[in-house]
Amino acid sequence: MNIDKIIDTLHPLERAVLPALSNHNKFEEIVFNSKLKDIEVMRALQWLQNKGIVESKQESKEIISLDQNGKKYLVSGLPERKFLELIKEKEMPLSSIMNEGKFQREELNVCIGVLKGKAAISVEKGKELLVSITEQGRKLLEKEFLEEKFLKKDFPLEISQLTPEERFAFQNLLKRKNFLRVENKKVKYFFLTDLGKQIIEKGLGDSEIIDSLTPSMIKDGSWRNKKFRRYDIKVNVPKTFGGKRHFVSQAIEYAKRIWLDMGFKEMTGPIIQTSFWNFDALFTAQDHPVRDLQDTFYIKDPAHGKLPKKELVMKVRKAHEEGVAGSTGWNYSWNQKEATKNVLRTHTTVLSARTIAALKKDELPAKYFSVAKCFRNETLDWSHLFEFNQTEGIVVDENANFRHLLGYLKEFFAKMGFPKARFRPAYFPYTEPSVEIDVLHPVHKEWVELGGAGIFRPEVVVPLLGKDIPVLAWGPGFDRIILDYYKINDIRELYKNDLNQLRTIRAWMK
Amino acid sequence: MPAVTLNKKVFEKLVGKKLSDKFLSERIPMIGTDLGKITQDNIEVEVFPNRPDMLSEQGFARAFRSFIGLKKGLQTYTIKKSSYKVIIDPSVKNVRPYTACAVVKGIMFDDEKIREVIQIQEKLHVTYGRNRRKVAIGIYPFEKIRTPIKYLAKRPEEIRFKPLESPRVMNGRQILSQHGTGREYAHLLEGFSKFPVFIDANKKVLSMPPIINSDDVGKITESTRDVFIECSGFDFNVLSKCLNMIVTALADMGGTIYSMQLNYGSKKIVTPNLEPEKMKIDINYINKILGLSLKEPEIKKYLLMMGFGYKNKTVLIPAYRADILHQIDLAEDIAIAYGYENFKHEIPNVSTIAKEDEFEVFKRRIANILVGLGLIEVNTYNLTNEEIHNKKPNSDLKGIEIIDAKNGDFNLLRAWMIPSLLNVLSENKRYEYPQKIFDIGYVFKPDATTETRIAEMQRLCVIVSHAKADYTEIKQVLDFLMSTLNLSYEIEDVDNNTFIPGRVGRVSVKGRKVAFIGEIHPQVLENFNLEMPVAALELNLTDLFGVF
Repeated sequence: MNIDKIIDTLHPLERAVLPALSNHNKFEEIVFNSKLKDIEVMRALQWLQNKGIVESKQESKEIISLDQNGKKYLVSGLPERKFLELIKEKEMPLSSIMNEGKFQREELNVCIGVLKGKAAISVEKGKELLVSITEQGRKLLEKEFLEEKFLKKDFPLEISQLTPEERFAFQNLLKRKNFLRVENKKVKYFFLTDLGKQIIEKGLGDSEIIDSLTPSMIKDGSWRNKKFRRYDIKVNVPKTFGGKRHFVSQAIEYAKRIWLDMGFKEMTGPIIQTSFWNFDALFTAQDHPVRDLQDTFYIKDPAHGKLPKKELVMKVRKAHEEGVAGSTGWNYSWNQKEATKNVLRTHTTVLSARTIAALKKDELPAKYFSVAKCFRNETLDWSHLFEFNQTEGIVVDENANFRHLLGYLKEFFAKMGFPKARFRPAYFPYTEPSVEIDVLHPVHKEWVELGGAGIFRPEVVVPLLGKDIPVLAWGPGFDRIILDYYKINDIRELYKNDLNQLRTIRAWMK
Repeated sequence: MPAVTLNKKVFEKLVGKKLSDKFLSERIPMIGTDLGKITQDNIEVEVFPNRPDMLSEQGFARAFRSFIGLKKGLQTYTIKKSSYKVIIDPSVKNVRPYTACAVVKGIMFDDEKIREVIQIQEKLHVTYGRNRRKVAIGIYPFEKIRTPIKYLAKRPEEIRFKPLESPRVMNGRQILSQHGTGREYAHLLEGFSKFPVFIDANKKVLSMPPIINSDDVGKITESTRDVFIECSGFDFNVLSKCLNMIVTALADMGGTIYSMQLNYGSKKIVTPNLEPEKMKIDINYINKILGLSLKEPEIKKYLLMMGFGYKNKTVLIPAYRADILHQIDLAEDIAIAYGYENFKHEIPNVSTIAKEDEFEVFKRRIANILVGLGLIEVNTYNLTNEEIHNKKPNSDLKGIEIIDAKNGDFNLLRAWMIPSLLNVLSENKRYEYPQKIFDIGYVFKPDATTETRIAEMQRLCVIVSHAKADYTEIKQVLDFLMSTLNLSYEIEDVDNNTFIPGRVGRVSVKGRKVAFIGEIHPQVLENFNLEMPVAALELNLTDLFGVF
């Protein structure tokens, strides 16, 4: 930028500060000479430095100021003068000096020490201590002490600027309690750079430059033929925060979009379910460990819900006890009461079970999905949440097969940003064959386990749907994908609701 | 899932081949087991609960060597007939009615083999045995036992023996109250007046299932060569399967299996029974479900790889497999042998119409309107606690309690959302104001008409907090929201201890009460440790959606 353009960028505050800089380089002086407020000068100096017009140097200085005793004796006079005055005429015992001078014991000791050091008194040891003034003492008394002179100076002072006499007094007073305080201060000096000097030489030009465009200027046209101050368009501006969706909501919206794009219908349903729907309808044996209090949240009151139509209950019971569609079942006595226990759904697969039960024959083939919260009785730690999201899906189709299952899953995870997926055998009580999905992490190049899928067992499908047709089903956890996208290591941070995190986190950009 | 540590040397000897770590780490997951890690001496795996037969070095190696093509097909085991008897007394009927037993002879026990046997027993207890409730396993040095053995139930005071890891003789009740293992499993015998015991012909107590063995005749040592094994429980088939898993593992360890005759009154049963079960297989069904077109010889090849026998469209299922309930289970094993990695993925060309749930669409619209007002969405848990839900907001709205929540801070399903969001504010005090947040979440209340006797509603909660936050501002939010939704509403006075009296209203739309709105009471703010005024709105979206 040429020098004229630079001059055009100068703000009125910078214009006020610049002339002062020709002759002054201390902050206080600049403030005084520019007739601005501290904060205004500070800002102007910062801008000028950003523009390379001013540079600053920092020096470290030792600064002396008066401490409480210093201030006190500045007013009342130094005690050693009072001491000397008392014995000017005659020698006195120390106790009388103390009484008449109303000295504190400590003060008295200091006086004796100081005056002895200056050879201003002599002390005789007898029955009592007798103090008398010396010739040197009388001389001293006639003049102002160096210490007294020093105390009267304009504080704060810089040590480096002291005269030898002052330095002597300073050393003496520094030894005395709470007279002086010495601090190390950093002082900044401001200088014009070469560019700054050129600008001063050239002159600041038109003072009629427009800083802010106002409505009245627009109305009366007074902006015409005037210059606008050029802005430093690279300047940092204060942060502002807009409204936004929670990043987990954004991610869920995206995942939902993927399923919708593939022709899936959304299924929703209650969070609290009977064990019948959450477990029994999914052929999970009643003694399966997943049904323990350890793993599942049960409701205290009302502890039990209602079972669906008896016909359906009997079919599910039969699947467990003796099997259906050629299965042997679990061969145990199924307990109806156990099935009425209310739980917080442990998986969204419960929604799939309900959806299949409600499907009508003429609605096939059918594809459903959900992305929703599930609950497990976990202790909260960096890798476990008791509330988490699952993405669920089912395909109910006479012609569906295992290869289609892998196809849908691969497509979903590719769209979530994991183009490489592999499938391993797995086990779930309600699917067979079952698969575990691993995806290759694009950065770490490691296989990451993302969740389970399979084809619903005939023992699940036949009681619910009334016939044995393939139902592809999956329910991978979803939170880990969000963690990965936002490079969050601690899963609790997903729902920490830290406003700073929410205000500054980037949008879900897939 | 149970983690099992396999001794690599033993495993390789059983497989009959030295195997590289790379090979193991590639192939083990593909047989249907989660691989933990492979160290110099051990292979750590997590066996899926449907394959308890793979919980031992022997069982795992048997499945694996077949899978990699080394010793395929149904493995046969010889059972020598014996005259050993176990007499089951009717007294066990009410407490633990069944047992299945066997003798295995000629095992050279050493430290390693003892470890292996203990691991099989422990892992089967935890998994297939459901922590001994379903199956309890006892293994004894047969040399110290005289047959016939009796399985009967006695009054606990009459049961006296020295249990494992105890210096003294105890009676049945003392074991349950004073012995460590006794206390751990005491609940399994709770409420019974008689406890089950195995007693040999010398009247020595062998064990008190499902609790503990005798120290005297119930402990395998390095001098043991022959063992007596019993599984006790409630379902004879389950016990029999479990026994099969153990005896086949012991046979693979070098032992010879001997049968025993079990006298259930006049009914005599001989165990173990290693006769394979038979299941018909429909090749079309398998191909249809897997999306393959395998011919019979291929089907046969894959079944043999998974340790099955095959003859004339009939599959012979090893007697230790507990997971084959239906043909579909064979389909999975065929898929595993075929290799999950070899399936060609396909998305079929099936036309279905997508549809988003209408209420979900509604919620998104609401959220977008609020984002337009500069509000930030937060995401609070449905679970909270009484302190936050009731005490701090000075509210008696009852939440719904959870049984035995591991985390005491989250043991209550909320009945309203404002407390959750006030809590969010209290955790964000250090950040810049104004703070304006919203959340859409669930609330719960008892309702006898629903299936679970609990009604779930979804609500919107909006909170604004800064030095000048007030009723006007929160009502502006409500106004904007309602007018954007083209709804009109009415507000009436209401009493609510969470809000400042005279600055709280109940909002109705089309006669339906849908929301609370107002300024939060300073005492409540103090309880939440807040120093800025707060105005809040809680709107029932489920009901609001209903009036459209």
